[in-house]
Amino acid sequence: MTGLTISAGEGVLFWILAPLMVLGALSLLFARRTVHIAVSIAGVMVGLAVMYIANEATFLGVAQVVVYTGAVMMLFVFVIMLVGVDSTESLTETLRGQRWLAALSALGLAILLGAVVTRAVLPEPVGLAAANADSNPVAVARLVFSDFVFAFELTGALLITAAVGALSLTHRVRLGIKVDQRTLAEAKLKRYGAGGDATLVVNRPGPGVYARHNSADMPAVDAAGNPVEESITTVLRVRGQERELPSAEELADAGHPYGSPAVEAPTGTQAKEIDA
Amino acid sequence: MSLVNYLVLAGILFAIGSAAVLVRRNSIVAFMGVELMLNAANLTLVTFARMHGDLSGQVIAFFVMVVAAAEVVIGLAIIVSIFRTRGSASLDDASLLKS
Amino acid sequence: MSVDLAATLVVAIPLLSAGVLLLLGRRSDGFGHWLGVAASAASCVLSVLLLLSLLGSPAEDRSVGVHLFSWIPAGELSVDAGFLVDPLSVTFLILITFVGTLIHVYAVAYMEHDDDRRRFFAYLNLFVAAMLILVLADSYALLFVGWEGVGLASYLLIGFWNQRTDYAVAAKKAFVMNRVGDMGLLIGMGALFATVGSVEFDEVFAAVPGLSEGWLTAIGLALLLGACGKSAQFPLQAWLGDAMAGPTPVSALIHAATMVTAGVYLIVRSGPIFEAAPTAQLVVAVVGAVTLLFGAIVGCAKDDIKKALAASTMSQIGYMMLAAGLGPIGYAFAIFHLFTHGFFKAGMFLGAGSVMHGMNDEVNMRGFGGLSRYMRVTWITFGLGWLAILGIPPFSGFWSKDKIIEAAFVGEGWQPWVLGGAALIGAGITAFYMSRLFFMTFHGEPRFNDGKNDQPGPEQHPHESPALMTVPMIVLALGSAALGGVLMVGESFFHWLEPVTGHVEHHEPVVPVPVLIAATLVLVALGVFLAWRQYWAARVPVTAPAGSVLTRAARRDLYQDVVNEAVFARPGTHLVRTMTYADTAVVDGAVNGLGAGAVGWGERLRKVQNGFVRSYGALMAVGVVLVLVAVLATRI
Repeated sequence: MTGLTISAGEGVLFWILAPLMVLGALSLLFARRTVHIAVSIAGVMVGLAVMYIANEATFLGVAQVVVYTGAVMMLFVFVIMLVGVDSTESLTETLRGQRWLAALSALGLAILLGAVVTRAVLPEPVGLAAANADSNPVAVARLVFSDFVFAFELTGALLITAAVGALSLTHRVRLGIKVDQRTLAEAKLKRYGAGGDATLVVNRPGPGVYARHNSADMPAVDAAGNPVEESITTVLRVRGQERELPSAEELADAGHPYGSPAVEAPTGTQAKEIDA
Repeated sequence: MSLVNYLVLAGILFAIGSAAVLVRRNSIVAFMGVELMLNAANLTLVTFARMHGDLSGQVIAFFVMVVAAAEVVIGLAIIVSIFRTRGSASLDDASLLKS
Repeated sequence: MSVDLAATLVVAIPLLSAGVLLLLGRRSDGFGHWLGVAASAASCVLSVLLLLSLLGSPAEDRSVGVHLFSWIPAGELSVDAGFLVDPLSVTFLILITFVGTLIHVYAVAYMEHDDDRRRFFAYLNLFVAAMLILVLADSYALLFVGWEGVGLASYLLIGFWNQRTDYAVAAKKAFVMNRVGDMGLLIGMGALFATVGSVEFDEVFAAVPGLSEGWLTAIGLALLLGACGKSAQFPLQAWLGDAMAGPTPVSALIHAATMVTAGVYLIVRSGPIFEAAPTAQLVVAVVGAVTLLFGAIVGCAKDDIKKALAASTMSQIGYMMLAAGLGPIGYAFAIFHLFTHGFFKAGMFLGAGSVMHGMNDEVNMRGFGGLSRYMRVTWITFGLGWLAILGIPPFSGFWSKDKIIEAAFVGEGWQPWVLGGAALIGAGITAFYMSRLFFMTFHGEPRFNDGKNDQPGPEQHPHESPALMTVPMIVLALGSAALGGVLMVGESFFHWLEPVTGHVEHHEPVVPVPVLIAATLVLVALGVFLAWRQYWAARVPVTAPAGSVLTRAARRDLYQDVVNEAVFARPGTHLVRTMTYADTAVVDGAVNGLGAGAVGWGERLRKVQNGFVRSYGALMAVGVVLVLVAVLATRI
């Protein structure tokens, strides 16, 4: 076996990647939006993939990109969508002493692990040049299908079990009849016929359309000049990103945008008088 | 530049991941912390494989990846089903297991 | 009828009657008292049959063992329940059942107006049964059963009117002081078992020669302690005066005639042990001498007629103890005096009850006086008892007490002078206080409001008691008068007891017998004269005068309660308090502290189980770090 020489390029790569990865990982602790965290972690995964390749593990590097960045992290994003984008959390701690314990254990782990690996008497690095003589995937495949074949078969069983488990966990037994579009429409009309509100039949109003604003974040205005709350998507409402309907004074100052109630508009449509 | 740097980085990532599990209330974020810890372990495995000139480390890292994938599937399924029944993905809300 | 059956029935009948009366409860109110009388009378008849059967057999065969059943077959200790029918036990049988039956009859009338008369008779029968077990037992173990049985009956009867707190306290006092004595008896039994390996009389007595004198002295003193408790001897005498809280028939039967003499019986029965332990024997005699003077002095100051009689009982039992402590020469005299005393003292108690019956339950003798005019029968019967206890010839007490005084003067060195002197002086004091009692009650001017004089207080109409009460008194008075003389004819009583007490050669006292008799009679006459001068010829103050130091001390029972209180009760209370404190603070403290500590830590650790998975994770992570530190620390 020959000793391993580590190229200067690898050092540069490491010192560029490592701070970025730590930074991305720290988003786990400090970022508020789940999606931001997921994307940051995906970046960390990519960084890891690069490091694997630098560490002469080409196959694993590619697999890391495919499995983690491509599959696992995207799965996370999907779940974030399912669970709701409103699942931001406040970072104030509710459990007493939890922060201190977490800090103690994390710092302790970091210091201990760092101390161990820096102070341990490690052998002279060998490198994988010899092992990877027939290219890395071939060498790994040889091992997987020889020494580790039993474990490999077991992982097959594990994956199938996991798939079935995920299915059964998320499966919902349908208790009522399936409501399709047709039956829904018929039910709505039936209720309207029985004296229900006309809004049951028609579509919900879309958001207001104003030239100066993003159309989706502005509520529509009803005939009385009041904002229609449900015209804005739930996501924006939950995030608090919808906009207030400008007041009559603001509108007067800004001229008469199309569709907005004007100060001089007929009194019957004035919100305030109707409210009064 | 020494291979030890990779190990130290893995340690730091591992610590950050564990801290995330402990600090974050959102189950998805905590779960990502777990994934980060697994990946940190993988990095050490790969590094040691290179250090020892033995591919077994890489194979084991590969298996870890597979198991992690399965674990993510199950974990996320559990999170989703809890969210469906309890309307929350917060770890602190699922605190029924107490004296 | 065989001896076995008779001996069994003599105990079983009153026991059964007591059970029936207690179990039937109020349903037997109508006939309960007569059932009690009948049970006692049946026992009496059976006792006479036993007596006749023993008299019919030759002297050396007059000891019949009756095996009942195997009682405690426990390894090396195997105790059989069995009766021993011999002259001593039959003497007691006669005394208990005969006097007992008379008192039962008396109580029918005396307790007539008491709602709980049936219960009273149930207890009386229980007492008779227990007392008979005591004297018939052929082992210390069965004797102890009777011993505790009479203690229980005594407790129940002293506290019969337990609606009065002081009566209930008196019952408790008697019970507790008896327990002290019982402990002695138990220790004695334990020592016997440890040394002899048996508690049956014949086996123990057969083994006595092989025992060391130290052991025998210890056993003797333990038995003496038991006897002191039961017989109200110094220093366990304090309960007897308070025991007068019980109805008068109880005082007559239990606290004069029978139960309190059980101690004397125990000493006499254990004679072989005491003979081999001269020190213990001497202690018995000294205790008797001390008690006889003690009781006599207390008796001189008491104004309560029943308490004066109780002090007299204590003193007379002191005489018996003294005799029992003199060894074989005294045993027969002790039993003889016990027998005659049982008659005349019971008769006097019944007389006191009759006086109380006619005087609205008044017991203060300073409120009596001149009652002889109103109750002739009571006066005469009481008078016969008085003459008997004084020792005037030819009445019973003369024969028995005089013998004891004579026996006390037998011996060498200082003993005859001290013991005999005490007995002699005691006879004089006895004459004084009994005459005082008699004169204050029956003679002199009436000191109660009889409607004609100007005495304060409610008007009293003293009257004679009904025949049911006077007849037993008359019978007992006849016994008081003649029994001693009859039994002394040819010294037949002593010959009768010889199989138990052993034959003893006649010893000459240090002073010639005629001189002793004369001295006794002179002292008695002096006592009677002093009492006559002070309590008949002179006016007796209605309220007690302050009196001398000795009088005041005697009124308070020579401070026996104070001494007991200071020496035993208070240190005991403090000891118990300390123990309680130690128990709660140290023992319970440790146990409770352990529990509270576990609970406290559990409470604290429970907080850790808050259900938050992040907390669990944090603790786990900290644990991992600590384990890592520990592992690395050991590596460095």
